[in-house]
Amino acid sequence: MMRFLLLFSRQGKLRLQKWFTPITEREKKKIIRDMTTLVLARQPRSCNFLQWKDLKIIYKRYASLYFCLAVENQENELLALEVIHRYVELLDKYFGNVCELDIIFNFEKAYFILDEFLMGGEIQETSKQMVNRSIEASDMLQEVRCTGTNAHPDLNHTRSIVISHVVFICLFAGVGILKRLGFWCFTKQ
Amino acid sequence: MPAPIRLRELIRTIRTARTQAEEREMIQKECAAIRSSFREEDNTYRCRNVAKLLYMHMLGYPAHFGQLECLKLIASQKFTDKRIGYLGAMLLLDERQDVHLLMTNCIKNDLNHSTQYVQGLALCTLGCMGSSEMCRDLAGEVEKLLKTSNSYLRKKAALCAVHVIRKVPELMEMFLPATKNLLSEKNHGVLHTSVVLLTEMCERSPDMLAHFRKLVPQLVRILKNLIMSGYSPEHDVSGISDPFLQVRILRLLRILGKGDDDSSEAMNDILAQVATNTETSKNVGNAILYETVLTIMDIKSESGLRVLAINILGRFLLNNDKNIRYVALTSLLKTVQTDHNAVQRHRSTIVDCLKDLDVSIKRRAMELSFALVNGNNIRGMMKELLYFLDSCDPEFKADCASGVFLAAEKYAPSKRWHIDTIMRVLTTAGSYVRDDSVPNLIQLITNSVEMHAYTVQRLYKALLDDISQQPLVQVASWCIGEYGDLLISGQCEEEEPIQVTEDEVLDVLEGLLVSNLSSPVTRGYSLTAIMKLSTRFSSVNRIKKVVSIYGSSIDVELQQRAVEYNALFKKYDHMRPALLERMPIMEKTASNGPTEIVQTNGEAEPSVVEPKHPPPVGQPASQGNDLLDLLGGNDVPVIPTTMPTKPASAGGELLDLLGDLSLGGPAPAPPAPASQPPFLLDGLSSQPLFNDIAAAGIPPMTAYNKNGLKIDFTFERANPNPNVAVITIHASNSTEADMTDFVFQAAVPKTFQLQLLSPSSNVVPALNQGTVTQVIRVLNQQKQQLRMRIKLTYIHKGSAVQDLAEVNNFPPQSWQ
Repeated sequence: MMRFLLLFSRQGKLRLQKWFTPITEREKKKIIRDMTTLVLARQPRSCNFLQWKDLKIIYKRYASLYFCLAVENQENELLALEVIHRYVELLDKYFGNVCELDIIFNFEKAYFILDEFLMGGEIQETSKQMVNRSIEASDMLQEVRCTGTNAHPDLNHTRSIVISHVVFICLFAGVGILKRLGFWCFTKQ
Repeated sequence: MPAPIRLRELIRTIRTARTQAEEREMIQKECAAIRSSFREEDNTYRCRNVAKLLYMHMLGYPAHFGQLECLKLIASQKFTDKRIGYLGAMLLLDERQDVHLLMTNCIKNDLNHSTQYVQGLALCTLGCMGSSEMCRDLAGEVEKLLKTSNSYLRKKAALCAVHVIRKVPELMEMFLPATKNLLSEKNHGVLHTSVVLLTEMCERSPDMLAHFRKLVPQLVRILKNLIMSGYSPEHDVSGISDPFLQVRILRLLRILGKGDDDSSEAMNDILAQVATNTETSKNVGNAILYETVLTIMDIKSESGLRVLAINILGRFLLNNDKNIRYVALTSLLKTVQTDHNAVQRHRSTIVDCLKDLDVSIKRRAMELSFALVNGNNIRGMMKELLYFLDSCDPEFKADCASGVFLAAEKYAPSKRWHIDTIMRVLTTAGSYVRDDSVPNLIQLITNSVEMHAYTVQRLYKALLDDISQQPLVQVASWCIGEYGDLLISGQCEEEEPIQVTEDEVLDVLEGLLVSNLSSPVTRGYSLTAIMKLSTRFSSVNRIKKVVSIYGSSIDVELQQRAVEYNALFKKYDHMRPALLERMPIMEKTASNGPTEIVQTNGEAEPSVVEPKHPPPVGQPASQGNDLLDLLGGNDVPVIPTTMPTKPASAGGELLDLLGDLSLGGPAPAPPAPASQPPFLLDGLSSQPLFNDIAAAGIPPMTAYNKNGLKIDFTFERANPNPNVAVITIHASNSTEADMTDFVFQAAVPKTFQLQLLSPSSNVVPALNQGTVTQVIRVLNQQKQQLRMRIKLTYIHKGSAVQDLAEVNNFPPQSWQ
C-alpha cells in the first residue's frame, strides 16, 4: 500500500500532497519537511530509493519537480518508479507537455487525475486511455451541468477540447465529402 | 459585493509576492473575504472560494473554516461543486473531525446517483478517507456496487472494499460472495483491483487464504495470457503487457503458494516462464523479474527454480542501473539466511558494492557483507570491511564498528588477529564505537593472557600517536595500568619490543590527565592506571605526587579517587599491593553471549589467580571497612599458594576471615601449586552465575541433626563444568541459645577435591531465627559416590562443643 505522494519543487515548495492514511496536520508538516530535506540532499546520480523509518521512499525528478512516493516495506520499488512515471505520463497527456506551472495553476486537475489513477493507496486503473477518457468525460460533465453565466475559470480548457474535437470532426467530414466528390470526378472521367 | 476573484487570479497574485510577509498579508486579506462570503451563504461562488482555500491550505495556511463549506458543496446538485467539495473533504477532513460524519448521508445518496462519475467521486472519497463508522454504514452500498456490471464502478468499489476491510476487518465476510466471479472479468482495471482485494483478504484471514487457494489455476491462466498475448495498445508499457497487473498477480500467487505444496507446484511453470521470457532492458521488465524472484523465494519452489532466482539477483548485482543493484542487495539480504551458500557465490560482487558511491547501496552492501562473514572468509572480508570503515561516512561508522566487533568475536582465527582487528577499529573509528565496547574489549584482553605484552605495547604506541579517541584511550590506559610492568620489561614475542622507561609511561598517563581532549571518564581511567603502577613501578614518589595534586581537583570524581588513593598511600600502605594486584580473568556477562565465547578465545587459564579486585571503573575501596566487605562478601577462593602474602595483611578482622577460610578443608588436599586444577578456574569464572545454575532437581538432604543443630545440604550443578557439585549448607539452631563461633569443616576422600567458601556468619541464631550458609564446591572427576566427613565446632551456652560426623546419604544425582 502507498502511504503518501508528494510533489515539490527544487526550492522545497509543495505542489501536491496526497495522503492515503489519516495523519494529523502537524505530522503532515513534519513529514513534508523531512521528505524535502532528505530528497533534496541526495546526489544527482544516486539511486532512487531510500529507507525512512519503516517506509520505503521512492523519488524521481522530472524537470524542476520532485515526485516522492512512500510505500510500505513489502511493496516493489521498481514498480513504484513505474507508478510515478505513469502519473507523469497522464499529466503530460492531459496538459500537453506538462510543466510545473501547469500543476501550480491547475492543481485541482492534477488531483482529479490522480484520483482516477490511484485510490486508497492502490492502483485503480492500469490503462492510460481509460483514465484519460474518464477525466475528459468528467470535464464535459462539468461543462454541461454548469449554468451558463459564470465564466468558470477552468472551462476554457474544456472548451478548447470540445472545440478542437468539433473542428476535427468537421474537418474529417469535410475531407470525406471531398474524397467522395473527387472519386466521382475521377470515375466520371 | 463584487464577485470574488478567480482561482487563477489569486494564484498569480500570490506568486508575485516577494517576501513571506507579503504573501501572508495577501492570504489574510483573501481569507477574510472568503470568510465573509461563506457567512453570506453565497451559493454561486462557494465552489470558487473553496478552491482558493484549498490552494492556500497547500501553501501551509490554516483552512479549517472551510470544512463545513465542503459539505455544502458535496450536497449541491452541480457536478463542479461536488468535484471540488469531495476534493476539499479529502484534503481538509479526516476521521478525527466529528464533522466528517455529516458526509455519510451525502455519500450514501451519491453512491446511488444516476451519473457514474458522481458515484465514482463518492466511492473515491469513501475509499480514501472513510472512517470506521462511515465504512460500517456504507459497506452495504459498496458491496452492491461490487456486483454491478459497470466496470468503471466495479473497480472503484473493489478498492473501496479494500479500504473498508482495512478499517473494519470484521466486515470482510460481507464481501466474500461478491468476489466469486471477479476474476472472470476482462477489464484490466477490474482485474487489477480484484486481485488487490483478494490479496488483502488473504493477508488478513487464514480461512480466506485457504478458500482462495482454488483460484491459483485461474490466476496462472490470466498471467499466461498476459505474457503470451501480442501487443495490446491499451496496456502496453515498453513492450510488456500490463506490468502492474502482472506484478500484482505474482504477489497474490506468493501469498497463496507460501507453505502449500500443491499451489507451489501449480505455479512452478509460469514462474519459470516469466523469469526467462521477460525483457530486462527496461525498468518495467526488471520490476516484474524482481517480483518473480521474491515469489520464488517465498513459496515451496523446486531447487532449480531457486537457483534461477538467485542467479537473476546475481545478474542484477552486475547491472549498471543503481536502482537494480540496490534492489538486488535488499533481496539477497532477505534470502541470505535460507540460501546462504548460493549467496556466498556472489560475495565478491557484494564486497565491490561497498565501494559504490551511492549511500543507499553502501548501507545495504555493508549489512549483507556482515551477514556473509563466516569462519572461512573472515580474514578477507574483514580486510575489506576495515577498509570500508576507514573511508565511509560517519553515519555508517557506528554500525560498521559494532558489526566488526561481533564478527571478530564469533570467527576470530587467532587472538592476535582479534586484538589487531579491534585496535584497528579503535584507531580508525574510535569515537564512533558504542560505550559497551570498552568493557568488552578489556574483558577480551584479560582473557588472552599471552598477548598481554603485545597488546600493551601496541596500545602504548597508539596512545603516543593520538589521544583524541576516547574509547581507545580508556582501554589503553587501563592496559598500561594493569600490564605496565610488561611494557617496561621490554619482553614481547609478537613484535619488536620497544624500550620504554617508567618516566615516559608516567608522562603519557599524566598527559592524558591534563589534556583538554580527555573526557572525565578517561581522566578517571588514567588516574587509576597511574595508581596501579605504584605497585608495578619503582618510582612511587612521582606517583604519590600526582595523586596528591588531584586531591584538590575540581572534578569531583577525580578528587574522590585521588583522596582515596592518597589514603591508601598513607594509612593503608600494607594493603596496597594486595589491592592493586593483577586482575583475574573476567567472565563474559550473560548479555553478550554464551560462555562458549570464552572458550573460542582460548584457554581460560590465568597466569596468576588472585583474590577478586574491584573493577577499574568502580570506586576503589580504600576505607578499611569497604575492603573487608569486598573480601568477605565475595566468594573468594584463597588458594594456599597465596597464603604467604597473608602475614602482610595486618588488619585484625582480615586475618580472622582468612583464618576462617583456611580452616575450611584441612583434610582435602589443597590443589598442588604447580598445576592449577581446572575446577578452581571454573570456580573463578562462573561465580556470579551461582544463582543461574540450574538446580537440576537434585533434592536437598539433611546431613546432620544433633543437639538442636541441623545442617541441610542443597545441591546445584556448577556451570560450565558438570563435574563440580555446588553444595550449600544451611545450619539452623533450634535451641534457645545462640551458637557462636560456629565453624564448619569438611573432608572428602582423596579422589575428590573440595573447596570451602566463606560462611555467611559464625553465629547460628537460636530458635531457628536464621541460618548460617556456606558454599562447598566438590570436584568429582571420577564420578564416585560422594562421601564427606564434617567437623563442627561452636560455643553453646558458654561451653565449646565439637562434633564429627560422616555424611553418606548423598542423593545419587549429586555425584553422577
